[in-house]
Amino acid sequence: MNEITSTIQVVPLEYYIFLSVTLFSIGVLGMLIRRNAIIAFMSIELMLNAVNLLMVAFSAFRGDAKGQVFVFFIMVVAAAEVAIGLAILTMIHHNRGSVDINALNKLKW
Amino acid sequence: MLEYVFYILAAISIVCALMMVVSKNPIHSVLFLIATFFSIAGHFVILNAHFLAIVQIIVYTGAIMVLFLYVIMLLNLNKSTESSKPTLVKIAAVVSAGLLFLVMLASFKESVDLKIVDTADGLGSVKNLGKVLFSEYLLPFEASSVLFLSAMAGSVLLAKKK
Repeated sequence: MNEITSTIQVVPLEYYIFLSVTLFSIGVLGMLIRRNAIIAFMSIELMLNAVNLLMVAFSAFRGDAKGQVFVFFIMVVAAAEVAIGLAILTMIHHNRGSVDINALNKLKW
Repeated sequence: MLEYVFYILAAISIVCALMMVVSKNPIHSVLFLIATFFSIAGHFVILNAHFLAIVQIIVYTGAIMVLFLYVIMLLNLNKSTESSKPTLVKIAAVVSAGLLFLVMLASFKESVDLKIVDTADGLGSVKNLGKVLFSEYLLPFEASSVLFLSAMAGSVLLAKKK
């Protein structure tokens, strides 16, 4: 336990906030810059993980286990989301022949 | 000592996340994202969330990313066939992501200082988390089983040939 307490005392919470914001922004960048739908989906996973990291950091700094339970639920929902999303992407590839985001313009306008 | 562990893990996460975004081959992107998730699991370990670190490795890198890898190989995307966006769109994307980064950083910078509470013994242990999960959060836990059931039925229905 002494080891863990010193982690919280050595690294300030701001550093974790900075790291999470950076990872989240990289996820947004990947979402905007790529045309492959699978890479965009992976960017969403990266954003979810950035939020998870921030919640675990807050939970550890506040000494409250509820944040970690919420992270557990986020992981559950992410697993279900990935199963559905990849099934949808497989069907899109089956029907349209590509997973390029710009090819999916049926709902545009 | 532990702060250097934090710096090294943070550098690995950020560099691997950036490489995930910029690498042309989708397989490389998946592998870099797996490295990012491993470093985030390392962050969970040094934050005393051992249970979540194991769940992160098992669920994220073990199940979700393997599923991504399977789909990429199934759809035969393991070469860089992706045409890139126009340069103007790329510049706009980088500028808007950077602006979002600055705005979030500025809003967090002005937030109130959080008081560090003395952490209870074994905060992120399986015992402690199980107690919270099965007493206070029993209903969401049961609801997530319904979510999984619907996700399973939905993915089978979607992937089934018409």
